[in-house]
Amino acid sequence: MSQKPQPPSHGLAVCPNPECAEPVDPRDRYCGACGHDLSATVELPAGQDRPTMPIAAPVWPEAPPREPGSLSTMTQHPGDLPGTDSGGRDLPTVPVGVGPGPAAGPVRTDGPVPPSGETVRGGGDFELAAPDPRAAVRAEPAPAAGEAAAEVPEGVCVACRAGRVDGDGYCENCGHAQPRERDHMERELGTVAAVSDRGLRHHRNEDAFAITESTLPGGRPATVAIVCDGVSSAHRPDEASAAAARAAGRVLGEALPRGTHPQQALHEAIVAAAEAVTALARTAGPDGDGADSLHGGNSPACTIVGSVVADGLLVVGWVGDSRAYWVPDDRSAPAARLTEDDSWAAQMVKAGLMNEEQAYADERAHAITGWLGADAYELEPHTAAFKPDRSGVVVVCTDGLWNYAEAADAMAAVVPADAALRPLHAARVLVGHALDGGGHDNITVALTPFAPPPAGAGSS
Amino acid sequence: MANFAKPSVPQFSVDVYQNEYLPVGGRDVDAVVTVTATGGGTSGAGGVTAGGPAGVVIMVDCSGSMDYPPAKMEGARAATAAAVDTLRDGTSFAVVAGNHVATPVYPAHGRLAVAGARTRAEAKESLARLTPDGGTAIGTWLRLADALLGGEDLAIRHAVLLTDGRNEHESPEALRAALDACAGRFTCDARGVGTDWEVKEVTGIASALLGSADIVADPAGLAADFTAMMENVMGKGVADVTLRLWTPVGAELVFVKQVAPSVVDLTGRRADTGPRAGEYPTGSWGDESRDYHVRVRVPANAVGQEMLAARVSLIVPDPAGGDARPVSQGLIRAVWTHDVAMTTTINPQVAHYTGQAELADAIQEGLDARKSGDRDGATAKLGRAVQLAAASGNADTAKLLSKVVDVVDAAAGTVRLKAKVAEADEMTLETRSTKTVRVKR
Repeated sequence: MSQKPQPPSHGLAVCPNPECAEPVDPRDRYCGACGHDLSATVELPAGQDRPTMPIAAPVWPEAPPREPGSLSTMTQHPGDLPGTDSGGRDLPTVPVGVGPGPAAGPVRTDGPVPPSGETVRGGGDFELAAPDPRAAVRAEPAPAAGEAAAEVPEGVCVACRAGRVDGDGYCENCGHAQPRERDHMERELGTVAAVSDRGLRHHRNEDAFAITESTLPGGRPATVAIVCDGVSSAHRPDEASAAAARAAGRVLGEALPRGTHPQQALHEAIVAAAEAVTALARTAGPDGDGADSLHGGNSPACTIVGSVVADGLLVVGWVGDSRAYWVPDDRSAPAARLTEDDSWAAQMVKAGLMNEEQAYADERAHAITGWLGADAYELEPHTAAFKPDRSGVVVVCTDGLWNYAEAADAMAAVVPADAALRPLHAARVLVGHALDGGGHDNITVALTPFAPPPAGAGSS
Repeated sequence: MANFAKPSVPQFSVDVYQNEYLPVGGRDVDAVVTVTATGGGTSGAGGVTAGGPAGVVIMVDCSGSMDYPPAKMEGARAATAAAVDTLRDGTSFAVVAGNHVATPVYPAHGRLAVAGARTRAEAKESLARLTPDGGTAIGTWLRLADALLGGEDLAIRHAVLLTDGRNEHESPEALRAALDACAGRFTCDARGVGTDWEVKEVTGIASALLGSADIVADPAGLAADFTAMMENVMGKGVADVTLRLWTPVGAELVFVKQVAPSVVDLTGRRADTGPRAGEYPTGSWGDESRDYHVRVRVPANAVGQEMLAARVSLIVPDPAGGDARPVSQGLIRAVWTHDVAMTTTINPQVAHYTGQAELADAIQEGLDARKSGDRDGATAKLGRAVQLAAASGNADTAKLLSKVVDVVDAAAGTVRLKAKVAEADEMTLETRSTKTVRVKR
């Protein structure tokens, strides 16, 4: 996040807080009437990294009235949103204001991993199309994700290439842990693709995803992508993310064909995912660390973000700091971030207590204020529905990716132009972008191409 | 659970407690390995422990000093009689009288007797022949015990040694050589009676032969102590158990210590077995649990890498005579990370036993300083010991310390040396300084 120094003047005539809107002096740092931090809203020159708009000002316009015969409710067009893109034109940045209150609530930090056991199979109630782990291993500087490293014979250590691998997955000669199935996972369906990678700094992959294709009543297709990020400071984060992704994918696969509205179905899926993670706290882990204490604050936990593309509608839902982005195929149109992090930084910004630069510079910035797990204080699934008027791709990802492309236009800049045609390739490119940036965290991204219904089919 | 069909060999479990996270460049991996044996031992009957036939040799000091006061010799006779009564029928046994030479007292022919009503009565009668005379050469006693126990096909071979004085009639090298010859061939509990014996000699014998050491200052307490020791031996289910440690290429074992129930450094006891593996003796096991502290130095790795720093397995001899086999294992891992919060966390078990080992050292160094007249050094070391004992909840050791120093502030480790200390209290503290308590879980 390359935040540039703020220009001395905010250049505002009135306070951007819509509840206030009092005239302000250009030299003021704070609004004299409501105390709003004016520097937080300064727009940087074109081409610079653009801070996310303060969430204290949810200037989300009224949704158009519900269209008879359509599934959609509360539908917004990305172009409805304020902000500017790198070209200085209006740009959507803020989703429907559904976040929790200011940062008074519980916070947990997504630090490195606890000393719990082996990774488990990732995924969904389907076979994960994980490549051969020996082929997916990266020899020193990682090649782009998905590219196979030099072949190492079966059962021989990939690190020293001399010892055999024992039953526990370690080399009998040099002791090095061998690549695991979850270290790199890829899966592609007709209308969606996902890639997950361990990254370069973590010793295992605690992210998980689930992608499914379903149908609405009447046979119209629906595409689901779920991405979860295990909270490393909790026990068994890898199991938490796998359980959440699996449960959410299953619920959506059952609910959508029954005619449940996608937004409602995604809400139910997040609730089911939360229950699945909570249930983990009551069962012993594979390494016998027992039923986790519900009081110790270390119950398995993860974030979740999901997208459903169906019937010309784009629905996103999330808890935590995993994100969804909208990237139109026509890059002259604005890209948008569709989610609002449940994070300390986002809440500080939203409450107007800090500007984004200050908030993200703070060591607490990445502490998340919402998660799935037994010790989550209150589950608040956020969902939002959009009705884009043009084609594009929906990117759902963990912070392992968006840390390297935080702003919507930055994300759009790294999504290949042919992403809608080759989603798996595009997902690999995005993972490669994060690895090139340092790969400090696990990286997971799912891409779903979106095409608006042909003119006339939608009856509006 | 009861299995009456065959003697039950204990089941072993291995648990590893560690913080596997290392900072950039970090190399030392500390782990506490808890080994627990269950389901063996106590069911043994018909002259065998659960692990097979057992043999016990009781070595009684009969040097001239045992007559001063005469209560020592009387106490030793009563204790030996109590021990003989505690033997299960069928156990092979012998009583050896020790002074500057070793003499078989019962049976007199230099073999082991088999415990039964008749042999027990004969053995007790023969104790009258234990008469104080001559000097002390403990090495000769050990060699006779070894010859007696080695002459039979026994699964459990154990000895009990009672002394009241210094090993004055042979060189320390001779005792050392005898201990080296006997190590691994039988286990031995050592007891000092009275206060004229050398603590380091007795603890050295017990540690070399993987047994316990203690003081019985009052001869009247010997019988109860011998009975308890013998019950412990009868509970052993399996002998010659070893701890095998595999380490990867480039790794080095810094130390291997038993840390509970007492501190015993096993580092120098390694026997190499196969590539990158070595075994450390642990002696015989009944239903019990012991903790080991292992420190491995591994080659530094890049952040995000994970490796196996050591594989700990327990090797138990096959009762049928086949190859010894690993029965249980645990993994000691190393994972490199940037996260300071993870790398600076000390595992509670490791911290606890690091403290217990320091406690034992502080007591030893404090008492040595006190003996050499270094009052300041003694006060500092024993103060630290008081502090560690209080902090770790080692109440027994804290109580022993309070007989040697006046505790002003246990938490701060402020103490004053007592002007007058009973010799028995000081020797008790020194003998038991290595006793540890386990972590409050």
